[in-house]
Amino acid sequence: MSDVIIQPDVPETLLSDDAVEGKVLKRVEIDSHALNFGPQHPSAHGVLRLILEMDGEVVERAIPHVGLLHRGTEKLIEYKTYAKALPYFDRLDYVSPMCEEHSFALATEKLLGIEVPDRAKWIRVMFAEITRVLNHILNLTSFGLDCGALTPALWGYEEREKMIEFYEAVSGARFHANYFRPGGVSRDLPDGLEARIAEWTVEFPKWIDQFESMLTENRIWKQRTVGIGVFTTEQALAWGFSGPCLRASGVPWDLRRSQPYDNYDKVDFDVPVARHGDCYDRYLVRVAEMRESVKIVAQCLDRMRPGPIKTQNPKISPPPRAEMKRSMEALIHHFKLFTEGYHVPPGATYTATESPKGEFGVYLVADGSNRPYRCKIRPTGFAHLQAIDELSRRHMLADAVSIIGSLDLVFGEIDR
Amino acid sequence: MSDVVVPSGQGALGALAFALSTRVAGIVSASLEKGELVVRTHRDRLLTLMAFLRDDPRFACEQLMDLCGVDYPGRAERFEVVYNLLSVTHNHRVRVVITTDEATPVASVHRLWPSATWWERECYDLFGVLFAGQPDLRRILTDYGFEGHPLRKDFPLTGYVETRYDPVRKQVVYEPVKLTQDFRNFDFESPWEGILTLPGDEKAHETRQGLKRLD
Repeated sequence: MSDVIIQPDVPETLLSDDAVEGKVLKRVEIDSHALNFGPQHPSAHGVLRLILEMDGEVVERAIPHVGLLHRGTEKLIEYKTYAKALPYFDRLDYVSPMCEEHSFALATEKLLGIEVPDRAKWIRVMFAEITRVLNHILNLTSFGLDCGALTPALWGYEEREKMIEFYEAVSGARFHANYFRPGGVSRDLPDGLEARIAEWTVEFPKWIDQFESMLTENRIWKQRTVGIGVFTTEQALAWGFSGPCLRASGVPWDLRRSQPYDNYDKVDFDVPVARHGDCYDRYLVRVAEMRESVKIVAQCLDRMRPGPIKTQNPKISPPPRAEMKRSMEALIHHFKLFTEGYHVPPGATYTATESPKGEFGVYLVADGSNRPYRCKIRPTGFAHLQAIDELSRRHMLADAVSIIGSLDLVFGEIDR
Repeated sequence: MSDVVVPSGQGALGALAFALSTRVAGIVSASLEKGELVVRTHRDRLLTLMAFLRDDPRFACEQLMDLCGVDYPGRAERFEVVYNLLSVTHNHRVRVVITTDEATPVASVHRLWPSATWWERECYDLFGVLFAGQPDLRRILTDYGFEGHPLRKDFPLTGYVETRYDPVRKQVVYEPVKLTQDFRNFDFESPWEGILTLPGDEKAHETRQGLKRLD
């Protein structure tokens, strides 16, 4: 044979150099077949079932099946008081629990029309940023793991443990904190915690440097991520991307900056933006965000002043334990708050926060009773996962794994 | 829109609401509710309005962030479909609300925002709202072969079937739900569990419960 036969669908980059130069003339017959990826695949980040229609090793079509972790959270919340609905948010995105609580707390506060004390706002901002680091470490290291780098994950887990201890110190729980409440936070920081966190803000950037030394300039890592899963600005907007995935596609958009809530308008931080919209840029944006988060945590510690940590309205916030033992009124309030709960005046709000994964919104409809009439949770990963067909089309199977890793999917929130 | 008179006490969003209610046909209402721009329209006008909101440079809503249903069984058209739009250019959000019932389809917006496909599938799955022109209207969150629409208010919290592994038949089986303990649904409106308003105490009660704030 004299002329080069290039498979019509195979991009030139996937052919060997010889074929491009016109030396290899072999025709390969490959039939398309379907591959069932997950739900028990370690790279599926939970329970993603992905049907891949393959042309050889090239992905023709990716059809995600979600809902394997569907627990009916929104339905359950309709049957609980506002206070009892809050812990469900920890269990949505179980990698960044407090950020999920944040949206619900803000939405409820908006409907109640209450103000949160300044110290509570600082504590919330601080823990939201600690949560962001917590989330990004897990995502970045497991992303590395998907692409064959084991060490970052091992190092990352040790580092995460320190932050989980901060969680435990304030809330008593390592993951499902139930800490941000409508009206403030559930309790004040214990003695000595501020010093420990301050120490961590000094130490942690060194860990980021170490972590970056393993991946950022790593040749294999770049081969696996650069130019993989490219999304242009227009595509990212049309597909409803938010958070680091949107910023990696060149949109300088961060709800903390553009629609600030709590005390985000008082802290100084940069919003990292990248341009190419590929997996590597999504990685870089997250790494840069971790550094910014540490800066924000340090500022919170500086500017936090002693004071009340929840609204002083006894109809919303339960009284302190000690007061309950002495005051009949406090005892009654406590009993009423934990049985009947507070009534929220009728109204509806869509309140969104910048969770580590992107825009996490709560559309809360109140009808004046003590339970939400409707609580729609807008998960971030739902929109990201939907685009996976477009992102992974004409990529190799192994690249699909990179793309899943770079989207930062957690099925607790996608399936709800 | 420099010629638009901004209603007093409201900012740029108020001007947008005003522009919508005066310049666009088929708007039932456009107003600020708790500082959020809410537009109510008829479902026949949905596509025109959505295309306008996306393409008009004053609104430029590039993103459909969320689409959800709300069920009000007492109403003639029981479902509200709520679209939350976001403009990253102007940094504002617009919420579009339409109503429909079980049988009347709503026009799909997936041609305007491809991300609408999954949101519409979810709304169909959980509420049974039909979307006309949506090529992929399958269930998404519930189990394969699931029946019913769980977020409807008349769907019981426990559902109708439960599943377990049957070691004899060596397969997963579905059975009607058997509750070993009755579902506890506290009625706080009843006089015995949290009386809300004592007769003759209505005014004081509203203030006490924080339903009406003192100005």
